[in-house]
Formats: sequence, structure tokens, C-alpha cells
Amino acid sequence: MIEHAFLVGLSKSFGLFYLIALSVAVVIYAMRPSNRKQFDDAAQSIFRDEAGPWE
Amino acid sequence: MSFFGFHYRLERKAIGLTLGIICAASIGGLVEIAPLFTIHQTVEDAPDMRVYTPLELAGRNIYIREGCYACHSQMIRTLRDEVDRYGPYSLAVESKYDHPMLWGSKRTGPDLARIGEKYSDPWHVEHLNNPRDVVPVSVMPAYGWLLTTELRTDDLGLHLKAQRAVGVPYTDDMIANAAADAYAQSNPDSPLADGVTKRYGKATTMRAFDGNPSHLTEMDALVAYLQILGRLTDAAHKTIAQGGAEQ
Amino acid sequence: MIAQLTVIERQRAILISVAVAICGGLIVIVGRGDPMGIHGALIFLVAFLMIFRIGANYYTPAPSEDRLASYYDDPSKVGIVLSMAWAVIGLAVGDWVAWQLAYPDLTFGQAWSSFGRLRPVHTTSVIFGFGGNALIATSFYVMQRTSRARLPDQVTPWFVVFGYNLFCLLAVTGYLMGVTQSKEYAEPEWYTDLWLVVVWVTYFVLYLRTLARRKEPHIYVSNWYYMAFILVVAILHIVNNLAVPVSLGHAKSYSAFSGVQDAMTQWWYGHNAVAFFLTAGFLGMMYYFLPMRAGRPIYSYRMSIISFWGITFFYMWAGSHHLHFTALPQWVQTLGMTFSLMLLIPSWASAGNVLLTLNGAWDKVRDDATLRFMMVAGVFYGLTTFEGSFMAIRSVNSLSHYTDWTIGHVHAGALGWVAMITFGSIYACVPWLWKRERMYSPRLVEAHFWLALSGSVIYVFAMWNSGIVQGLMWRTYNESGTLAYSFVDTLIAMHPYYIARAVGGLLFLIGGCLGAYNIWMTIRVPGASASRTSDVPEPAVVGAGALQAAE
Repeated sequence: MIEHAFLVGLSKSFGLFYLIALSVAVVIYAMRPSNRKQFDDAAQSIFRDEAGPWE
Repeated sequence: MSFFGFHYRLERKAIGLTLGIICAASIGGLVEIAPLFTIHQTVEDAPDMRVYTPLELAGRNIYIREGCYACHSQMIRTLRDEVDRYGPYSLAVESKYDHPMLWGSKRTGPDLARIGEKYSDPWHVEHLNNPRDVVPVSVMPAYGWLLTTELRTDDLGLHLKAQRAVGVPYTDDMIANAAADAYAQSNPDSPLADGVTKRYGKATTMRAFDGNPSHLTEMDALVAYLQILGRLTDAAHKTIAQGGAEQ
Repeated sequence: MIAQLTVIERQRAILISVAVAICGGLIVIVGRGDPMGIHGALIFLVAFLMIFRIGANYYTPAPSEDRLASYYDDPSKVGIVLSMAWAVIGLAVGDWVAWQLAYPDLTFGQAWSSFGRLRPVHTTSVIFGFGGNALIATSFYVMQRTSRARLPDQVTPWFVVFGYNLFCLLAVTGYLMGVTQSKEYAEPEWYTDLWLVVVWVTYFVLYLRTLARRKEPHIYVSNWYYMAFILVVAILHIVNNLAVPVSLGHAKSYSAFSGVQDAMTQWWYGHNAVAFFLTAGFLGMMYYFLPMRAGRPIYSYRMSIISFWGITFFYMWAGSHHLHFTALPQWVQTLGMTFSLMLLIPSWASAGNVLLTLNGAWDKVRDDATLRFMMVAGVFYGLTTFEGSFMAIRSVNSLSHYTDWTIGHVHAGALGWVAMITFGSIYACVPWLWKRERMYSPRLVEAHFWLALSGSVIYVFAMWNSGIVQGLMWRTYNESGTLAYSFVDTLIAMHPYYIARAVGGLLFLIGGCLGAYNIWMTIRVPGASASRTSDVPEPAVVGAGALQAAE
């Protein structure tokens, strides 16, 4: 039987760390200078008219 | 890069994104909800609490069918004005047999968590038949057809069985006699009435709820349900005597 | 449309329809004497019509290989038409029930027309019918173009579109017969829910299959949002609808959860349905159609990624703010409140992205009602998410909860954000899909915009007022320390606001009808100008065309 207090404790500790870790990972991924070109490219990609599917 | 290798890499990216979404999204739910499934270890218990009788359960199903939850809550918050208006605030244990819960989210009409026995049966019948007969400014729809619609009882045993499957402690005896108990509860003079008190306790309300003992209507069931709301256990009255409201 | 299908695809479509018809027939047999039996007949009828429709065209010549050189847009076209049909139905029923709250005898004494049964008809029609169809139709459109890949086959998308609409139809007709779980926004009963699972899994697999065919290494951010929408809605739907049916022949089931667990599960579902159905999906729509219509790339692609993960992560914790001061443990309430406040960051990042993308193109916004729909949607999104975080604060919630303030908040989001971004995207998309130079009548688009905006504003202000007035009346005490107002007193105070709300809703409905008419005429009347050949919209040209037309 899983203890209620254990689960609550896990929520409050692990949940918080998980949140922080994930936030940091996302910000690093989004802000990394080496990814800049890829993102600028992606933003422009929808305007490239290639008149249909590529295959 | 070979054609297949190229495809494989792209495939992996989409799957990675999928997994990322699942990881990010599910953890919040698990952290919040998982502890609630062990909550019975900490919340107050109510040894005196009984299950709904078949008639009350049938009434509850009519309440669900008509979508009453859209306008009526069954959850008194721990606020002074709510306690003054509706009665002791609701406890978790009080809805432990409610599959699903009907706490509601909107009070176009008043809260019903403790409506049981606040009004007489004839008042409820008249009110449901046409709310504006008793409350002139009411905006509630009229449910006149409940008085003339026969209650379906032949499958009540199956209903109790399904309830037991999700955790409500109905006994074999209760399941076997569900239809008879529904009939007897609204017909206290019938010979079957003893069975109801035997199975659900002496305090069970046994009346011809719609005023006519010869017909078992949907009105009987719905009024029987409304009259038991907040009365399955005394726990809330005891708790509030000890503690009181927050604000 | 059937002429586009290959012979094998026609056979597959017939096989699937036969399987569905058999299911319908079985449901008729096991569910006789129960509303479920009527649903079985409905399923059978729909499948039978489908078989008949395909069978009648079975021997039309097979399509040429040319079809593979262009995107497969027929399912998107049908989805958009269905979306507008559901919009008109859902808005009309919504306005009807709004009038019922002012004049309760508008039920005409019928069981099916009472508020409790019609209200889910309204919510399901607008959220799942209008919103869901628009999401499916635009997601097919966007994923093909951003991936530069054609849909992998021509049967699966039809299965998704028609299967999904069958779900909506079963849900809505069920409520009218009293088939409901009484779980908000998850009212359909177990067999309808099971059907949606089948459709939804097919939808997700179709999405992955299309992405797997793409040429671009990067997956455009719109697809992230659409995928989160599909995936998380699946998780929410399956968990929240776990139930035990009374028997295989009964529509009625009992939820696996009870009491406080059920409440938390329900609002975990309910709040995240808002997050992933009504927010993530429509953000996906916005991130494609706004840049295309404005002819400018999104202001900050990075911000769109950060807000994507923020929304995916934070929303999941926020559901418990629906249960402040209830029997839910307090730490869960506090957690919900905290995360609701943090949600403001990704939400405003998205809203800011909308406005900053348009910054420098305000002349286009002024002249082009379609772009203005999207701009106003962004503003309402920002306002509503701010209001949502505010209302999640416990002390504010103690006043707002159970009152019309919640209804006002929801409609600020649903009318102002969801419906506006959808109308904007549909107005952008329809000329591109049907290869027209522009909409049939830009003036009708303009009229629709002002009706929608004024309707939303009237609605939301009426509900703010009634909600706050009622909340305050409930908690007002006399000098003697007793409650000052009875519940009935507050009802009298609500009456004028309820009329105002119904008027606002009526304006919005009229706008929706104009939109449906305009779209229908755009489809029916071929444009005077030469039809366009490219499958990818030309943003600048389209913007200029609309600009001239609006003058």
C-alpha cells in the first residue's frame, strides 16, 4: 500500500525539481545560439512556394 | 545518406516530440491526482454512512439525465456565507459513493448539497411540475412529465451491480431485491417495506413521494433523491460543531 | 470526391463502412428498449448512406497519377463546411438557452428542450462540432504544407472527418434523449467515447505518418501544437471517461471515480480540455494562418517554442483551481493556484507574439477584416488568460466561482479567442482551398467582424456584471449579522443581464450565419478571376487582393 504522505512528499519535491529542470532545458534549447539559424529558417519556411508535395 | 536512413531520422524526431509532450503533460496530472487515490488514509471517515437506495439511485440518474448539474451545485464551500445559507460545508466523505460526483460549477439555482428534508414532498412535486407555481421568479424549466412517466425498475439490479463494480458496497441481497425495494420505498404500506428498512436502515425515508402510492413514477425517484441529499451521514454536522467555517 | 479515390481505396472505404454498419446493427439488437438502440439505428443509417454514396460512384474512372503532385485537400474542404454548419447550430442553441434563462417557458414544455439537456448540445456543438472540425480541417491543411508532403493515403483522413462528426452527432442526439454522464464537456456515454478513441488514435497516427514523409528536417511549430492537442486530448479523454456500463445494452454507465477523486479527475480533464483543445490546437492554427495572411514571419519563433513547452507543462497542474474552498485537500488547491499564475508567462508570450508579428503591418489590419479577426483573437487571448490567472487566486475565486463571471470568462475565451481565430483562419483558408481570388463578399466579412466583436463585448460585459453583482449579493450581511439577500433576490437582479447576454449572443449568431452564407457562396460561385494554380497560398497577393476589395 502506497503511503499518502509519501506520495504528497514526492509531488512536492520531485514535482518541483522536474518543473525547474524542464524549464531550464526548454530555455536552453530555444535560446542556444547554434539553434538560431534553424529557427529563423523555420519561421520563413512556410513562405517557400514549392507548388505542391515534394515526392 | 540512404533513402531509408533519411526517413528513419525524421521518424525519430516526430516520435521524440511525441514523447516529450507526454512527459511534460502527464507529470502534472500524476503529481496532482495520484495522491488523491490514497486520500482515504487521511480524510475523516463516516461509519454511519449508508449507500443510496435503488429508488434514490434511480432519482439520481434522472438528475443526471436532465443535466441538473448545469445549474445546481452540490458542494458547499468553506466560506461563512455559504455555511449560513446552505448549511455545514461539504466533506469529501459525503460524496464517496457518488459515481460521478455532482459538485457542479455554476449556481444558476441554489446549492442542493443539503436540500434533503428542507422542503416537504408536495412542495418538491409542485416545484418540479412548474417551478413558477411556488417561486414566481424562478428560471428553472418545468418537469411536468416526471409525474406521468412510469419509473423503469426492471434493470435496477444491474445498476446496483455496476455500482458495486466501481466500489459501492451493495450486497447480493440489495442487488436481488432492487426493483422490489424501489417499489416498497414509495409504498410504505406494502408488505415489502420491511425489506427496505432491513437492508438500508430504519432511518430510510419511506413515503409516497409524489403523493400517489399506487404508481411508481420518475417524480417519486427524483424527490426521494432530493430528500436524501446531505443526509447519508451526519459527519458534516459533527465536524462543523468542532471546527466551523474558515472565513 | 469519390472520383479522387483509387479503386482499392473505394473498396477499403466500403469495407470500413460495412464494419460500422454491422456495429450499428449489433447496437440496435443489444440496445433495444434503451436510447442506445436508437443510436445503433443512427450509426447504421449513416454507414448505409456512406456505402450507398461510394457504391453509386464505384465505377467512375480511377484518378490519374497527377493527383500525387498536389496536396489532398478534399477532407479539409468538407471539414470546414461541417465546422460552419456546427457553428450555426451550436450558436443558435446557445442563444436559445440564453433566452430560456430570461424567459424560462421557452422550453415549450418538452423534455428534450429543457436547459439541462440543451446546454450540453450547445457546448458540444461549438467546442467539438465547430472547434473540432475546424482544427481537424486546418491541421490537414497545415501539416501537408509545412511538411511539403501529401497525406499518406486518401481513406484515413475521411475516416477521421466522418468518424469525428459521427461522434458529435451521437453526443448531441444523446443529450436530447437524456443520454449523458453529467461530466462537464465529457457528457457522451461510454460507447460514444470508445468510438472517439478509435477515431482519435487514427488521427494521431495519420499525423505521424504525414510528418514522416516530410522533406524539411525541422517540424514547423504549428505541428507541435496540433500534436499536443491530439495527444493530450486522447490521454484526458481516456482517463476521465473510465466507466463501467450497466450492461452492454445500456447507454448508462457509472464513472470509475467517485467524489473527490472524480472531481479532481474531471477538472484535470476540464481545464486541460481548455488548454489543449481550445488553446493549443488554435495556437497551431494561429502560428500558420497569421503569418501567411500578414505576409510576415512570426515575430519570435523562439518565443513560440518556449510558450509551447510552458503551456504543455504548466496547464496540467492548474485544474484544481476549479475546486477552491471545496473538499479537495488545500495543498492541491494551492498548487493549482500557483501554476495558474505561472501560466500567464507562456500565455502572454503567445499573445505578444501575435501583436508583435502584426507590428509594422497595422495598415493591413485596418483594411483586412480577416487579419483583424486574428488580431482581436490575440488580444482576447491575452485578456482571457490574464483573467483566468486572476480568477484562480483563491480570494478572487471565492467571489467569482459558481457565478456568471465564470461564464463571462469562458465566453471571452470561446467567442473572443477561439471563434475569432477560427473565423479568421477559415476566411484566409477558403479562397486558398477553393482556388478563388478572395471571399465572395469582403463586405460580409467586415460585417461579420463587427457583429462578432460587438456580440462578444456585450456578452462578456453582461456576464461580468451579473457575476460580480450576484457574488457580492450572496455574501452581503445585514447589520444584525444575517444574510441580506435571499437566492431569489439575486435572480431578480440577474434578469436584465440575462437579456443583454442573449442579445450579445444573437449578434454573434447573426455574424456566424453571415459567415456561413459567405463561405457557401464563395464555394458555389466560381471567381470571375482566373483560378490560381499553386497549392501554396501567396500571402502578399492575397493580402493585397483583400485590401482592394475592402476599399
